[in-house]
Amino acid sequence: MYKIIDARFLAENVKLFEIEAPKIAKKRKAGQFVIIRIDEHGERIPLTIANSDPEKGTITIIVQSVGKTTTKLNSLEKRESILDVVGPLGTPSHIEKVGTTVSIGGGVGTAIAFPTAAEMKRQGNYVITINGARTKDLVILEDEMKALSDESYVTTDDGSYGFHGFVTQKLQELIDEGKKLDLVLAIGPIPMMRAVAEVTRPHGIKTIVSLNPVMVDGTGMCGGCRVVVDGKSQFACVDGPEFDAHLVDFKNLMNRNKMYAKQEHDALENYNHECRLDKKIEALSE
Amino acid sequence: MQQLTAKERMKIPRNPMVEQDPNRRNKNFEEVNQGYTAQMAQEEAMRCLACPKPSCVEGCPVHIQIKDFIMQIAEGDFLGAVHTIKQDNALPAICGRVCPQEEQCEQVCVVGKRGEPVAIGNLERFVADYEREMNKVEIPKTAPLNGKKVAIAGSGPAGLSCAKDLAGMGYDVTVFEALHQLGGVLVYGIPEFRLPKSIVAKEIDGLKQMGVKFVTDTIIGRISTIDELMEEEGYDSVFLGVGAGLPWFLGLPGENLIGVYSANDFLTRVNLMKAYKFPSEDTPVLEVKGKNVAVFGGGNTAMDSVRTALRLGAKNAYIIYRRSEVEMPARIEEVKHAKEEGVQFLLLTNPIKFNGDEEDWLHSVTLQKMELGEPDDSGRRRPIPVEGSEYDLDIDISIIAIGNGSNPLISQTTPDLETSKRGTIVVNEETMETSKKGVFAGGDIVTGGATVILAMGAGRKAAEAMHKYMSTKA
Repeated sequence: MYKIIDARFLAENVKLFEIEAPKIAKKRKAGQFVIIRIDEHGERIPLTIANSDPEKGTITIIVQSVGKTTTKLNSLEKRESILDVVGPLGTPSHIEKVGTTVSIGGGVGTAIAFPTAAEMKRQGNYVITINGARTKDLVILEDEMKALSDESYVTTDDGSYGFHGFVTQKLQELIDEGKKLDLVLAIGPIPMMRAVAEVTRPHGIKTIVSLNPVMVDGTGMCGGCRVVVDGKSQFACVDGPEFDAHLVDFKNLMNRNKMYAKQEHDALENYNHECRLDKKIEALSE
Repeated sequence: MQQLTAKERMKIPRNPMVEQDPNRRNKNFEEVNQGYTAQMAQEEAMRCLACPKPSCVEGCPVHIQIKDFIMQIAEGDFLGAVHTIKQDNALPAICGRVCPQEEQCEQVCVVGKRGEPVAIGNLERFVADYEREMNKVEIPKTAPLNGKKVAIAGSGPAGLSCAKDLAGMGYDVTVFEALHQLGGVLVYGIPEFRLPKSIVAKEIDGLKQMGVKFVTDTIIGRISTIDELMEEEGYDSVFLGVGAGLPWFLGLPGENLIGVYSANDFLTRVNLMKAYKFPSEDTPVLEVKGKNVAVFGGGNTAMDSVRTALRLGAKNAYIIYRRSEVEMPARIEEVKHAKEEGVQFLLLTNPIKFNGDEEDWLHSVTLQKMELGEPDDSGRRRPIPVEGSEYDLDIDISIIAIGNGSNPLISQTTPDLETSKRGTIVVNEETMETSKKGVFAGGDIVTGGATVILAMGAGRKAAEAMHKYMSTKA
């Protein structure tokens, strides 16, 4: 059992958890992930480690409710527990001093962009961050990103806060201004990562994306997380999760991520229905 | 014991295993084989000729005293029989179910030269089940703790048998498992209908009572490197029984379409994660009911996958294998069971590509007929494509069961551990010692995909060598 030390919403449906996992906290490097299973009946899902505190023995994950498991996870509170937390998994980000780097986080992807951006700064890079969200209320980690960046931008699709537009438009602006960008790291929804890859491709700017496909064990055993990179199958859990964005087959990745869409939809419906029933029963018994 | 002549013994027919009816069992996950009754076991034991130099013992990878335990069964001493087995085999209830006896002990059985061999596997299973069901399992005596600590990576058959022997010798043994459940391939790979998980759990309980500690959710190589285990965490020796665990694919076009699974992915979802109970269990598997399922491969894992698909309601369940039935590596019993249950075998047939729709959903597989040529390196006749024999078969789900490569997690983080070109860990075959001092390895991570009994034998061999190593170490 892994105890939840802190749990709080950062935005609607986006929750931060600080979990007691001393060994993982000590070992974890930027770019790595854990697999969690909430309870006896739970599925195993991969979540990138957003931060860790080796002294306190905790790791931080940031979760957006999408399906049943993430919705159920986000209903957990401080002092409750998660049955299984395994990690650190995946190959750590390869971070060195390259010059100017741009870390782009889209939505909850910002949680994953954050630790690598911090590491880039530690290595002495000039760090630009672009923190994108659909609307103002969904912007997360704004202060944290700002604190570590040499330049930081917030973009919103609806213009309710910061730059009005997509992260790719901001990135394009930076390129057009003639800034020499040495490395771009983009993490967010697959369409966003694909769009970023297309912005940087004509300029030959090295671009890395962190992928989060469906997986079971996270150790290379199931092969469910394979992605096509440069025409070859790679396992995101052991070969990744970070890959060269210009070589990833995003169409296949996007389709594969919809593999269980029907089951996920049904499971979530069921779960929400049960929750509503539970509430009704509670109301009746009061 | 009744005195029968050899001739009389040879006349007794082999007692067939009691099995669930094929048309019932292909719809449930309960065990197919129901086991012998005590009477059947004793009758079967009467068939043994008690050869002065029993070849069956030589045929067994761990040299169980087969003649002795069969004599005990014939005399009705079932507990004595299981104790005899346990001198050499830590997991008889498991091996009695999954060992390929027809290639080992039963293949060389003298009775089998003029008819069917003594059903050694069925007898092994019977006494192990008898002991467990009668609640007569004795926890082996352990030597007093000797103050030395051993770490074992992997709770599959190699790790469990190594742990058992070392705990018996007085070592403080901790087994680390990457998954949330103990048992390795015995629980994620081999399905319930062939090996009930409760049997594996019982064996593990026994080890716990011997003092073995188990830690799940722990990936050696990541959370602790081998150096850290030995230098910082105080382990005197380490055994690596982490299994193969990196599925091979065919390298064909369309292999990443939705609906193409590795056998590990499919079986883990259904066995370990109980996806057949979705949505009361959270892990999904693609809808199999009413679908056409093709499994590629001819080994036990292929049979497990295709029979699992049948149980999930597949309309057509195919084994597609590029050689003929005689070259199939699966146990004869598994092939027989699969056929009885309605699996269709497309032999001498090889896939060329997987075809899907716009959204990457698999809808068919292009196949090609093969014929057998000269024997290849494996001694089996090489399959050669028949030109112009290509055709498409409508398939919704494909499961690739052609074996596993070596998991890189430990070798990546242990640079001084010698590995082969295939990624397997190189060991001294006598002692199972690796190139790294104090570190031993066995099972599929050394041999590549093999059997439970070989992994178990390797675990025991390593335990003995580790004992020697730790006893002589200052």
